[in-house]
Amino acid sequence: MEEHIVIIGNGISGITAARHIRKNSNKRITIISGETDYFYSRTALMYIYMGHMKFEHTQPYENWFWEKNRIELKKAYVTHIHTDKKELVLDDQSTMAYDKLILALGSKPNKFGWPGQNLDGVMGMYHKQDLDLLEQYSVDCNRAVIVGGGLIGIELAEMLRSRNIPVTFLVRESSFWNGVLPDGESEMINKHILEHHIDLRLSSNLQEIKADENGRVKSVIIQETGEELPCNIVGLTAGVSPNIAFLKDSEIETGRGILVNRYLETNFNNIYAIGDCAEQRDAIGQRRPIEAVWYTGRMMGETVAQTICGNRKQYNPGHWFNSAKFLDIEYQTYGWVFSDKIKPDYQETFHWMAPCSKKCITVAFHKESKLFLGINTFGIRMRHEIFDKWLTEKRDVFYVMEHLKDVNFDPEFYEQYEDMIINYFNSEYDTSLKTKKRSWKRILNLSN
Amino acid sequence: MESKNTSYAISNPHKVKLDPIQKVSFGTAIVGVLILLLAWAGVDFKNNSIFLALSLGMIFIGTFIYSRRTYLLHPEGIKNNHVWFNTLSNRGVWAWSLGILLTGFYVLLYWFPQYLGNGAGTDGTNTGIVALFDPLSQLLKSKNASHWFVYGTIYSLLILSLGIKFIYKYRHNRYQIIRTVVVIMSQLILAYFIPEILEGLNADKPYFVKDLKQIWPLNYYITESWYLNAMQVEQNVGPSGLFYFFWAVILFLVITPVLTYYVGKRWYCSWVCGCGGLAETAGDPFRHLSSKKLSAWKIERWLIHGIMVFVLIMTIAVFYTYFSGKEFDIKLFTIDKTTFPIAALIFVGISFGAMLYTYLKLSSHNKFILVGTVILGLIFGAILYAYLTGSSDVFLVKSKFLKKWYGFGVGAAFSGVVGVGIYPVLGSRVWCRFGCPMAGYMGLFQRFKSRFKITTNG
Ligand SMILES: Cc1cc2nc3c(=O)[nH]c(=O)nc-3n(C[C@H](O)[C@H](O)[C@H](O)COP(=O)(O)OP(=O)(O)OC[C@H]3O[C@@H](n4cnc5c(N)ncnc54)[C@H](O)[C@@H]3O)c2cc1C
Repeated sequence: MEEHIVIIGNGISGITAARHIRKNSNKRITIISGETDYFYSRTALMYIYMGHMKFEHTQPYENWFWEKNRIELKKAYVTHIHTDKKELVLDDQSTMAYDKLILALGSKPNKFGWPGQNLDGVMGMYHKQDLDLLEQYSVDCNRAVIVGGGLIGIELAEMLRSRNIPVTFLVRESSFWNGVLPDGESEMINKHILEHHIDLRLSSNLQEIKADENGRVKSVIIQETGEELPCNIVGLTAGVSPNIAFLKDSEIETGRGILVNRYLETNFNNIYAIGDCAEQRDAIGQRRPIEAVWYTGRMMGETVAQTICGNRKQYNPGHWFNSAKFLDIEYQTYGWVFSDKIKPDYQETFHWMAPCSKKCITVAFHKESKLFLGINTFGIRMRHEIFDKWLTEKRDVFYVMEHLKDVNFDPEFYEQYEDMIINYFNSEYDTSLKTKKRSWKRILNLSN
Repeated sequence: MESKNTSYAISNPHKVKLDPIQKVSFGTAIVGVLILLLAWAGVDFKNNSIFLALSLGMIFIGTFIYSRRTYLLHPEGIKNNHVWFNTLSNRGVWAWSLGILLTGFYVLLYWFPQYLGNGAGTDGTNTGIVALFDPLSQLLKSKNASHWFVYGTIYSLLILSLGIKFIYKYRHNRYQIIRTVVVIMSQLILAYFIPEILEGLNADKPYFVKDLKQIWPLNYYITESWYLNAMQVEQNVGPSGLFYFFWAVILFLVITPVLTYYVGKRWYCSWVCGCGGLAETAGDPFRHLSSKKLSAWKIERWLIHGIMVFVLIMTIAVFYTYFSGKEFDIKLFTIDKTTFPIAALIFVGISFGAMLYTYLKLSSHNKFILVGTVILGLIFGAILYAYLTGSSDVFLVKSKFLKKWYGFGVGAAFSGVVGVGIYPVLGSRVWCRFGCPMAGYMGLFQRFKSRFKITTNG
């Protein structure tokens, strides 16, 4: 009998693990997940509501794929894990035995105990079910209030605006996402949000959500001003946390997430945790112990599959990078650029903004050694592989400035800003750097 | 199974209402289209010049103002909201209606032009929609319109006005702006005005299409006998016939491979080609409808390469029959019974060699290349056999027969009726993706070693 691998969660991390175990072995694989029948791309949820895609378009594999690859799918929620018997209990009361178990449970939206947070019309934006709810609530919505200014909050605002629903956006911080973004960038996004007719309220906390006589939300009260805002939808988007409530009475060790070592092993040697729900016991570089992003889930899935197939492997995510979109402005980040709020003493920050004020870059480097630490870029696409290489080679900021043309990844005919950027850099730091011509040789060297 | 999806239909109390400018401009364009439809239905407007000008002008101005107004109301950026809700862009009632209307138009255009009014009046004069276009045709080339002239005019107008709409919609993207200007110009100037005007200027000489951007194998008719005849009769056409002949050969043999290798096949498909021009302008609202299934991709590979091979075989057969019965004299040299088979053998032989080399050395034994190599080998054999036996039909069937079926099945039914007629159902690039032999030919040059080969990302 082949070993039975059971995976809980059919998100990117669980699915990647399953696919790679199948590539490398003949083990029996079962995926249990309660949200949907098939894997879909959570990051594309917003586009279903906005009408860019249908739900089936967000499924990266066609439905025949699973049977063909002998990956068994079971739609159910797991309610208990009996680690001693190596057995799961499902919400339909059936049980399932496993030899090895992979927990890929994902996240759930945070709720901070606000009065009224469980009313009809109050929702997070994480699961497919949330989207279905939003669809229902939208039917007769005159105003929506979104609480929490992060990536999902701004997506929800964009979604609602696509249906022409008036949106008020309550953001606790004094400027959008300024715990992560340097000030100049954060201000640029504030303006862009207003340009999309979203009623952005900075330094505003939610005090209370009020219900009408049917138990449906009718208004919210803002803490700072006491103002009461009538609304029919409240979106709670103040971050996410690991979706591990049902593990609390198991023997599996948890903190905020499921505690794992570099091999993604929990305190049981046949149980692993990957994706959003995993918390690293020991920090990896400057990365946070829990990282709720798509690509780390995928990398963890690949890594754990190696280990399970007999090639025990450390999780090694490499240099930090990420990308997102704020309404019409694309954002990429490579390496570490800390916001003004939390930046370490050694971080020097160079900020440049284009005359159109919708494109900017921020480069972080070490004050003394001039070592390049990271870059944020808005509205200009750059090449991931090149920054990754420069970070590995420990290039200094002067090298990066001189070679900016190599890293530009905008389509042909786009306006090029490298000369402007370097001139500004020269004037700020009293240097006389010159941009080097773009070299395909340097760029393509990477691929071998 | 998935619980039946809620419809995701937009049912919200905040529908965007069109403002007066949008309403008036949209209405203007609709009236312009109505005039065309009425003419098609047989309404005689008496003063065709005025009504034609009104119709074309209203369509152009209406769409121009409407798109300007609509897109400038929003900040620059990607605009895909509601494409899967809208009945026109989500295979709804409007989409099917439009699809049926377009398909019907194509069927009449290709096979029953008399129902468009082409030569349907007394003494062969035009009636209906073709008659409506007589004044414009008179102006450009001093003769009455044909159904093809009507088609060309509407086609160019659509690319122009919906191209402008496209530019407003994608104004955040400079690449798209430049590309769209080029593809509009390329249709308007190269495919429409120059050929029409040149035809008028050389009214006494045999006709051939003077569109500089036509390339075999997409424009397969440039290898047909009437075409070759027209270009060859020196004293009639003068140097231009010769010029077009050599230009076609250079386009096919040199320019296409080189450009495709260096910039990808988009140089043709979305910057130059008329089919691509229509797909990227009028077809833009339907681009998301293309099938992403694995099965579609499998069909695509067999179909497009199959058609490409068929064009090759057909062309060789047509040429073979032509040259075995006639000497083709273009001053510099003469092609005839003896020289043509030898040239063909050399050409096919070199292609065969190149394919074999690619199969063995460059492609790590790609199955498709192997099939291609075998086919070229067979063609080589067939030509050799026909040459040795002195037959004028190289593949043992009459070349006319091949040509007829290709013209019917691929040239008309696939690229026209299916390709454009059902944009609203299958998406805008159906022909380009599944059928176009030119795309297949260019695909060969960007598939290996080129920066533009299409791969998965990751
Ligand atoms: C709206 C939105 C936009 C986002 N955009 C981006 C982006 O642009 N870029 C980016 O990098 N990241 C983005 N993210 C984050 C990213 O989607 C997540 O990091 C990623 O999907 C996590 O994958 P996962 O496999 O760890 O978990 P999930 O995708 O959450 O999958 C876990 C699955 O397990 C199921 N499950 C949990 N517990 C049980 C149980 N007990 N029994 C059965 N099934 C269970 C859950 O229902 C869920 O289906 C976004 C997230 C959201 C919500």
